[in-house]
Amino acid sequence: MSDKPEHFIIDGKRLDGRNLDELRPIKIEMSPLDRADGSCYLEWGNNKIMAAVYGPRELHPRHRQNMTRSVVQYRYNMASFSVDERIRPGPSRRSVEISKVSREAFEPVVFTKFFPRTAIDVFIEVLQADAGTRTAGINAASLALADAGIPMRGLVSACAVGKVDGRIVLDLMKEEDNYGEADMPVAMIAGGRITLLQMDGRLTTEEFYEALKLAKTGCDKVYELQRQALLEKYGDEHPVDAEDVSLEGDTDEQ
Amino acid sequence: MERNIAVPGDVLSDNIRASGSGTYIHEGKVCASVYGLVNKGERYISVIPLAGKYIPQASDRVIGIVTETAYSNWIVDINSPYEGLLHISQYPRRIETEDMSRYLKVGDCILTMVKDVDAGMKVELTLKEKELRRLYDGRIVTISPTKMPRVIGRNGSMVRLLKSEIGCGMFVGQNGRIWINGSEDRIELAIQAIRYIEAYAHTQGLTDRVQAFLKAKEKTRYSRIHESRNSEEW
Repeated sequence: MSDKPEHFIIDGKRLDGRNLDELRPIKIEMSPLDRADGSCYLEWGNNKIMAAVYGPRELHPRHRQNMTRSVVQYRYNMASFSVDERIRPGPSRRSVEISKVSREAFEPVVFTKFFPRTAIDVFIEVLQADAGTRTAGINAASLALADAGIPMRGLVSACAVGKVDGRIVLDLMKEEDNYGEADMPVAMIAGGRITLLQMDGRLTTEEFYEALKLAKTGCDKVYELQRQALLEKYGDEHPVDAEDVSLEGDTDEQ
Repeated sequence: MERNIAVPGDVLSDNIRASGSGTYIHEGKVCASVYGLVNKGERYISVIPLAGKYIPQASDRVIGIVTETAYSNWIVDINSPYEGLLHISQYPRRIETEDMSRYLKVGDCILTMVKDVDAGMKVELTLKEKELRRLYDGRIVTISPTKMPRVIGRNGSMVRLLKSEIGCGMFVGQNGRIWINGSEDRIELAIQAIRYIEAYAHTQGLTDRVQAFLKAKEKTRYSRIHESRNSEEW
């Protein structure tokens, strides 16, 4: 692990050359998993996340079923190889907490009342971590849920803000997260209704409002990318997965 | 007809009375709740989802597979998060509880209809309607239930086309299961056509394209027969 840098901001640029209000590059791939009802692979800077959604499907054990609505189950998991120092596989205190807050970020958004007695399962697998994995996971989960055809109030977009060198910055990277003064992940539905807000470190009230405003601009940028990814999936008339049955292929065969 | 893709949360209209399926109302505006194609009808705006599970509704005709015989009920898999219940009294003839598995065994396929669905999503099935019966032959293919309307076509135009052009028996269940009956090569062609429809379900003018697809397939078939005859002469 790298040591604490002396300065996080030099000449208005951050350690990786970004501006204070600039996101790391995001790459989205829709439906990479065949057997899941909806899936999404997302790269955000050096974060690599796979999200899979199954359901609505029958919920076991039966006593956990809700007669009036569907139950959202969310599992955030970090692969043992996702960080520099190998972590012990399986649930940890941290991953159980992230699963819970992420689930609560989706519960008010998904129309669970349409599917009584069922479960909607969301699985987030962090393949490579570099700060901001819970927000990246929420962004991927949101797309995977839409891909599975599950009705929602809107797409959930998430993004972190923090404080380094006394300045409020958008989308913390590893060093900023580890040695910064504050870290605040935020998730919201497009339009600004917040479904997740956490903070560690310290911010003054003024700084908090400034950070929240910056987080909103970050979420808006993420939302545009999410929307674009969904529109592109069915954008072209000839989807890739239809190749083996395309007309062109058959006439060439003769 | 102009078809646009909507993402959950998209504002579709200011007229809240136009809210159709796949939409919800927020702050006096109609918003999309699912990811799918916007369908602007005369009265309602709806969004047709591109994926999703089959949610049973009364009077749907579905294809089910018997998974269990419980006391006076058969439990039927209807390709849905909810299981179907076929009560002994809904079998076309009177049978005793002890004889249930003589008429329908685990693994048997039935062409059935949803009689009633209650608020707790208990799905009651029936076999007491014409056309409804146990299936003995043919094959069943499964596709996404949201793509079913395209396989049926407007007023059943697509099913009619497939049946007449391919020359096979076909029944399209609302739950995404399709039963095809005929000779082996006819079934094979029908499955290819259905996969084609599934892959292009979000596009327009599908019936014409499927017709062209079937024509092209028939052509390759005859040319292959021709080739094999030529090789026999050698």
